[in-house]
Amino acid sequence: MAVQTAGETGGRKASRFSEEGSTLGLILKYVFLAIVVGFLTFSGWQLLQDGSYPFAATFFITALFITLVYIRRTTVPLRWIAPGLIFLILFQLYPVVFTVYTAFTNYSTGRNVEKAVAIRSIENQTYVPEGAPTFNWTPLQADDGTAAIWVVNPATNEAFLAVPEQDWVPASDIEGLVLDSAGLPTTIPGYTVQANNQRFLFVSANQGITFGTEEQGAQVTSSTEAKETRQKYVYDEAQDAMIDVATGVAYVNQEGIFTSADGQIVTPGFPVNVGFENFTKILTDPAFRGPFFQIFIWTFVWAFLSVLETFVLGMFLALTMNSPNLPMQRLLRVLLILPYAIPPFITVKVWVGLLNPVLGMIGSQWNPGWFTNPFWAKVGILLVNLWLGYPYMFLIILGALQSIPQDMYEAAKVDGAGPLYQFRRLTLPLLLVSIGPLLIGSFAFNFNNFAIIDLYNQGGPPIPGGGVAGFTDILISYTYKIAFGGTRGNDYGLAAAISIIIFIIVGAVTVFNFRYTGQLEEVSENV
Amino acid sequence: MSSTPVIPSGSSRKSSNMTMKSRRRLDTTWRLLVALVFIIYALFPIVYVIGTSLNPSGSLQTSQIFPANPSLANYQKLLTSQQNPFLRWMLNSLIVSTTTAIITVALCAVAAYSFSRFRFRSRKRLLQGLLLSQVFPNVLAMVALYLILQQIGRYYPMFGLNTLGGLILIYLGGAIGFNTWLMKGFFDTVPRDLDESAMLDGASAWQTFWTIILPLVRPVLAVIFMLSFIGTYGDYLLAKVMLSNTEKYTVAVGLSLFIGQQFGQRWGEFAAGAIIAAIPTLILFYISQSQLQGGLTSGAIKG
Repeated sequence: MAVQTAGETGGRKASRFSEEGSTLGLILKYVFLAIVVGFLTFSGWQLLQDGSYPFAATFFITALFITLVYIRRTTVPLRWIAPGLIFLILFQLYPVVFTVYTAFTNYSTGRNVEKAVAIRSIENQTYVPEGAPTFNWTPLQADDGTAAIWVVNPATNEAFLAVPEQDWVPASDIEGLVLDSAGLPTTIPGYTVQANNQRFLFVSANQGITFGTEEQGAQVTSSTEAKETRQKYVYDEAQDAMIDVATGVAYVNQEGIFTSADGQIVTPGFPVNVGFENFTKILTDPAFRGPFFQIFIWTFVWAFLSVLETFVLGMFLALTMNSPNLPMQRLLRVLLILPYAIPPFITVKVWVGLLNPVLGMIGSQWNPGWFTNPFWAKVGILLVNLWLGYPYMFLIILGALQSIPQDMYEAAKVDGAGPLYQFRRLTLPLLLVSIGPLLIGSFAFNFNNFAIIDLYNQGGPPIPGGGVAGFTDILISYTYKIAFGGTRGNDYGLAAAISIIIFIIVGAVTVFNFRYTGQLEEVSENV
Repeated sequence: MSSTPVIPSGSSRKSSNMTMKSRRRLDTTWRLLVALVFIIYALFPIVYVIGTSLNPSGSLQTSQIFPANPSLANYQKLLTSQQNPFLRWMLNSLIVSTTTAIITVALCAVAAYSFSRFRFRSRKRLLQGLLLSQVFPNVLAMVALYLILQQIGRYYPMFGLNTLGGLILIYLGGAIGFNTWLMKGFFDTVPRDLDESAMLDGASAWQTFWTIILPLVRPVLAVIFMLSFIGTYGDYLLAKVMLSNTEKYTVAVGLSLFIGQQFGQRWGEFAAGAIIAAIPTLILFYISQSQLQGGLTSGAIKG
């Protein structure tokens, strides 16, 4: 209660947060504030233009929050917290909200930008209409290696520099331009004129590329000719469709993809709300239902057995090493926890090498199918995790053992309790009470232990007929494969739906853990 | 433990002492034996990798624990490989982990100070919020984070997909909540009389924080730095999701993709890479061994 000690008057209390600085400090503060808020507002505004409403709203709310916190006098304590809070809101809380949002959409490959962006992108596409004006052209290369052309209108002799996605620049606007007697450029600042024998190569390398914008652009169609291009599609709001300018065919929005009557599509598409479709897919579609439940159960079994095996070995070692007579205690302990000091992305692969059936030191001697047999693959991965995980248990149990008062053992001895009885009735219960929360934490960690599953065998061997699913896959690695590992495109919506299911399970476990340890209540006691 | 009654007579006490001593020796012996067995278990893969990395033949087939003619050929091959820029990966990892750890410590320290020393209306709810935010570890939101970086990259290419900047943003988001909570606990243990008297002497809150509190909590800052560094350095999932270009990989992603399925040919180089990649965390681990142990177990004892 630093600032509210007895004797403080109301007057002092009102000014207790004051942190008046120099004028320079004040100016710096406001300049900095203006930059941060300006940045957030500008980003939010851009996102709004693209129709990314939830993210835009998050930026605006954050900007408003920062402004209020740094301007109002009563919120000085929040000024200290706000910088960290920005990151927490944008990259921890908003992603949760966005996961929920995504789970109810068909966000996927081909449907991965907002509607406004998709329409803008399609409207940028151009085509060469029949009978379009023809230009002469000269190949150029920009200093950064990209292609550009010099176009000359043979009818008017007007010349332009044409670069993809930029407006044409008239020759008269280019400083430092040098033309030869034929009116062709020899020097253009920032560009190199390509030799004539490069023309064929240039045409084939730049097929379909429009030099210029959808309003004024040209494509090279032969080694001597370039033709003017036009915008290919316009958006018709009434039909919610992209209209092909040349043919008049309407590509109507169907669940986020503009599709014509005969099934042709234009890309990119955009995600739309599909309600509970992703969730019902998991529960009813045979391609997902079977593997999902198999993976669901294995995830629990995996997390439980991982905690159990590491706990048992860790406890055994801790009980063994917890003896005052043992020489070289410190050295022995350091050596025993060494596996903990090396990141798993290294050690898992080392074990995979050891178990390799053809070449590995263990696998070549004894191979029941460490990577191919569903059962033995699971056994193998549990054995690897035992090696990875026991040092942590060893460490925390050693710490917890030392906190068990010795006089309890004395009392037990007086009562005639043998070592086994002492362990069962005294050590184990006390241990479980004190490290119980950490065991639950370890369960939650292994529940999402993507690294070991992916590094061991990418979740394989595959489940027959289960698509990307494998026998050692856990929910998070399955989610990863659906979202990023599919050979037939990525289904972000479905992956988000599975994420939500994991959220609920892990969330429940964690909240239970908080209740169990009273951490949440601790907060209120402190206030 | 012993059920033999202790009789306070000279001769029998002596014999009981003898049995006590030999029993103690027996006790120590089996404990040492168990320790030895499990130290072999713990060290075997590590020693094996070191041996492999020094074995010039470089394939899994010929790997022995102690190579007959050790050389640094594998290291040389790995570090000069054009196709797999290992040093670049190490550099990327160090950049990402160090930046994340430094910013995490800075942001969490100021926030923890506020939570520890000020009393304000939303304090309790914010603290609970920090804790509850841990209910949703950000690896679970990987799909959303991927799509968010995709969006951000359209406006700020430095922080988009496949950039170290974007990856750092994500790590920061995940690190702030828990570490602030952890630090606040340590700040609470610093006696408040210290900063109170400084305040009475006219020091501003910032001066008090900078000159009084920070020097006192330096060990905690070091622990958070190390935990954050090790956590970021070892992260595999988010780096794998966000980075798609060989040049941008962190060592966690690069090294595991490098070995891929080609254990036969690349085993020696992988081993060399594994040794180098393990060095930063081993150094930190060595420095912080006692502090980490304290930090890990303090939660347990609280029970």
